[in-house]
Formats: sequence, C-alpha cells, structure tokens
Amino acid sequence: MPSLINAEDLSIGYGRDVVVAGVSFELIPGEAFALIGTNGSGKSTLLKTVVGLLPPLDGRLAVFDGRPGADHRRIAYLGQFHQSGFVLPIRAVDVVRMGRFPGLGLWRPMTRHDNDAVREAMRTMGIEALAETPLRSMSGGQQQRTYLAQVLAHQADLLVLDEPTSGLDAGGRELYLQAIDAELRRGASVLVATHDIQEEAALCHRVMLLARRVVAVGPPAQVLTPETLLATFGVVITGDRKLHVIEGRHGHEGPGKPPG
Amino acid sequence: MIDWLVMPFADSTIMQHALIAGTLVSIACAVAGTFVVLRGLAFIGDALAHGVLPGIAIAVLAGFSGILGAAIGAAVMIGGITLITQRSRLSSDTAIGLLFVGMLALGVVIVSRSGSFSGDLTRILFGEILGISVTAIVIQIVATIVILAIAAICARPFLLLSFDPEQAQVAGFSVRLYHNVMLLMIALTVIVSFQTVGTLLVFGLLMAPASAGALLARRIGAMMAWAALFGVLSVFAGLLISYHFDLAAGAAIILVTIVLFFAAFAIQNLRDRRAAQRKEPGGA
Repeated sequence: MPSLINAEDLSIGYGRDVVVAGVSFELIPGEAFALIGTNGSGKSTLLKTVVGLLPPLDGRLAVFDGRPGADHRRIAYLGQFHQSGFVLPIRAVDVVRMGRFPGLGLWRPMTRHDNDAVREAMRTMGIEALAETPLRSMSGGQQQRTYLAQVLAHQADLLVLDEPTSGLDAGGRELYLQAIDAELRRGASVLVATHDIQEEAALCHRVMLLARRVVAVGPPAQVLTPETLLATFGVVITGDRKLHVIEGRHGHEGPGKPPG
Repeated sequence: MIDWLVMPFADSTIMQHALIAGTLVSIACAVAGTFVVLRGLAFIGDALAHGVLPGIAIAVLAGFSGILGAAIGAAVMIGGITLITQRSRLSSDTAIGLLFVGMLALGVVIVSRSGSFSGDLTRILFGEILGISVTAIVIQIVATIVILAIAAICARPFLLLSFDPEQAQVAGFSVRLYHNVMLLMIALTVIVSFQTVGTLLVFGLLMAPASAGALLARRIGAMMAWAALFGVLSVFAGLLISYHFDLAAGAAIILVTIVLFFAAFAIQNLRDRRAAQRKEPGGA
C-alpha cells in the first residue's frame, strides 16, 4: 500500500533552529496518527512541515510521494491560530466554502456538488443553523466548529489538524470525534496534534510522543505508558487508574530555543 | 434646497469633472481600501501614498507626467521595503517607516528647488480636484476597471489571505504572489488617485470609507459596496461644501469621510448595545 506521508530521519524547525531531529514515520491511507506533547515540543512544527509551510531542514519527507505542499487538492489543514480576528466581515458559510477553494482554484465556479459538501460539513459540526451568522459574533467554540467544518468540506485524502478540539465544548468534541470516524471510514487519513490522551489519542491507530525529540512511536496501548508520558510531559499521577498529566518540566533539552 | 444640491454641478464643467473623477477614485479606493483594512496594511498604504511624492516632484520639475513619476516613486518604495525586510532582521514596519520619512523629505527637498514651492507642494499633497481634465478622467476610468478586474480575478486568494495566510498557502495560492498583486493594486489606486485628492488625502479615502464599511458589513462584497457609497457621498458633500463656503475641496472631502466613519461607528455601537439589551432579559 502506498504511504501518504513518509518521513526518514527528518529534522524540522525554523530557519537554522532545529526543533526536533531524527523523525521517522509513515502514514498509510485510512490511518489516524496522533502527535502528543507539550507546547513547544515540536508538534505544530512537524504539522507545518508536512503541509509545506516550513521546509524540512534535513532528512527526507515525501507527502503523496512528492514534495510537501505540492498537492494542495488532497490535503486539508487546520492551523492553531486564525489571524482574521474580528475585523473580517465574513459569515460562517463563507468560511466553510473556502474549504472547496483548493479544488476549484482561481476560476472554476462552485457547483451543486460543492454546495452539498459545504452544507453536509456544517451539518456534521452542528452549525447549519448558524450559516448566515457573522464569524465575529460567534463564540470561540462555534468558531472552532466552523473551522473544522471548513476542513471537512474539503473532502481531502489527508487531514492535518493542530489541536482541533481546543475551545470545543463536550457536544462539539463528540461531533468532532464522530466526524473523524466518518472521514477514516471514507478512506481519508488523519494526522492530529493533541493534548488529549484519554479520548482523542486513544482512538488513533498510532501515536508519536514528542518532547523536542521523538520519545516513542506506536499503537497507543503500547506507547502511552507512565514512563513515556513522564518523559514527554513531566509529572504523571496514576492513582485512580487514569493517567493524569500535569504540565511541569518541558522537554526542552534539545538544541536551540523553543518556538513561541 | 434642490438648487443648493444640484446647481453647482449643473453650472460648471469643472464641478462635473470633479464629481466624476471623485466617484471613480471612491470606487477604486473602496476596493483597494477594503484589503488595506482587512490585511492590516494601513501603514504601507500610508507610506505608498507619501512615497510617491519625490516621483511626482521630479515629474513636476522635469515636466513629464505626474502619474509616471508617482509610479516610479511607488516602485522604489515597494522595492526598498522588500529589500530591507528580506535582507535584514528588521520588521517590515521599520522598513516602511524609514523609507516613508526618507521619501517624504526627499520629495520636499526636490520641490523646494521649484520656483513656486508652496503652490506645487500644496497641489501634490492636496490634489487638484477642481482642475481635472478629460484625459485624466479617461485614465481614471481605465485604472478603476483594472483594479476591479484584479479584485474579481483574485477574489479567492484575497479572501483566504485576509482570513489566514497559512490557509491560503496550503490551499495552493502563493502568499508571496498574491500579497504582491494586492500591493500592486493598492499602489495603482494611489498613483491614479493623487491627482484628484492629493497624496496626503488619498490615504483618507483609502482608509475611512473601508473602515466604516467593515463596521457595518457582513461580507467582503458588502464592505466594498458600503465603502464606495461612503466615498461617493463624501465626494459629493465635500464638493458642495467647498463650493458654497469657498473651502479647499480635497480637504473638505476627507473631513466628510471622517465624519461618516464616526457616524458608522456610532450606529454600530448603538446596534451592539441594543442587541445586548435584547439578550439580557431572557438571560444570555
């Protein structure tokens, strides 16, 4: 089976500052892969490198057997921050429609199929009633649902999501998990950066623990152990048979400054 | 009353030309200004508006077209900003600021060589809306069509850029390419508009109507339409005021745009307060 992402001994970072070195992994169609780590651990840097926003600093990275960022029609990306703020006059439906732009390019007009995909994505995230609502008058959680609907509307082969559940309420998280499940059954692959070890990462086929180095890679049941989590996050208490993570010491022993 | 509103324009071709040129400038500024506001390019817009000064000054002294001079000035400005930003660790607003004052001073130094120093300078800074030729109107029509065409062709990348440049890049629209196209569109607007309202005041027409539009609109298209409406209203009212009270036309137009902005600001605040009050009784 051809892999969607193939990274071999990859170094990622900003400019000359290497954030993580020696990253090797593969993502196959229909697979969900989670990146777990604290802020500054290299999760976002890896995602940005995969979608072509940052150049790989060393090693080999192929996405759809080509250069990262070359095949924008097949890849959907949800960044952590949106710069539009509260100035941009735009309705929720306009944001979701942008998810169809990669396939349409400059010229091709929206077809019925495109509009159906937009409506379906909004229904999936439970915001169809808010279609005409200006983005700036939505709550943070509603905005996050809108951004997720934009990613779903793309109907991409690979979804790259940076902390997609941030700001979502319990209902929103449930809809998100269902949506990802549907995307995987459709044959899409998901690469997601998350803090959520209990739910989101546990549902993924494989996880990678990052702390400015690769701590461990493998199925969640094998990889999410108190020892690896300690190395990733700092302090772990396992009193009530659940894993609790207290963000203390970050894994900043790598070279260079932590970004952000 | 009707006489007061209509007669100044019915009587004189100077006023008719002023109204036509002002309307065209307002439309161009509405489109370009919308993206200046949305992309936070106010400073570069201001710098472009003033950076063209030395080019125009040289054109005035050497006797060639002011538009050509302005185009050269804008090209030097954009080139300089790009060079400093790419070749040093300085941020783009530092580069813009440095070139901005430099070009402004250079412009004044060049104009000071002219015999009619203050007259020339005032003309460049505040425009000659009461001295617009038919040729100038034709140039303005062509430029406005080009600006509208750029905005229409680049509607998707410009929307994505305003929403989130990273999304634009991942969606396959080069941020560098479309950002530069946007700068080109803004520069073109400044270059062709300076004759009408001057380099100092073109910035007002670029910013104030679009900012008012941003407060009232729910879509980018509507924001442009509001901006154009505010711009045309300002030109019309400004010309009338200047005619009846014998005031400087360009500056009167800009004052009206600023007043209209604050009116939109007040309306939006009232609307928000009312919406908040409606929510409160039943709980939010």
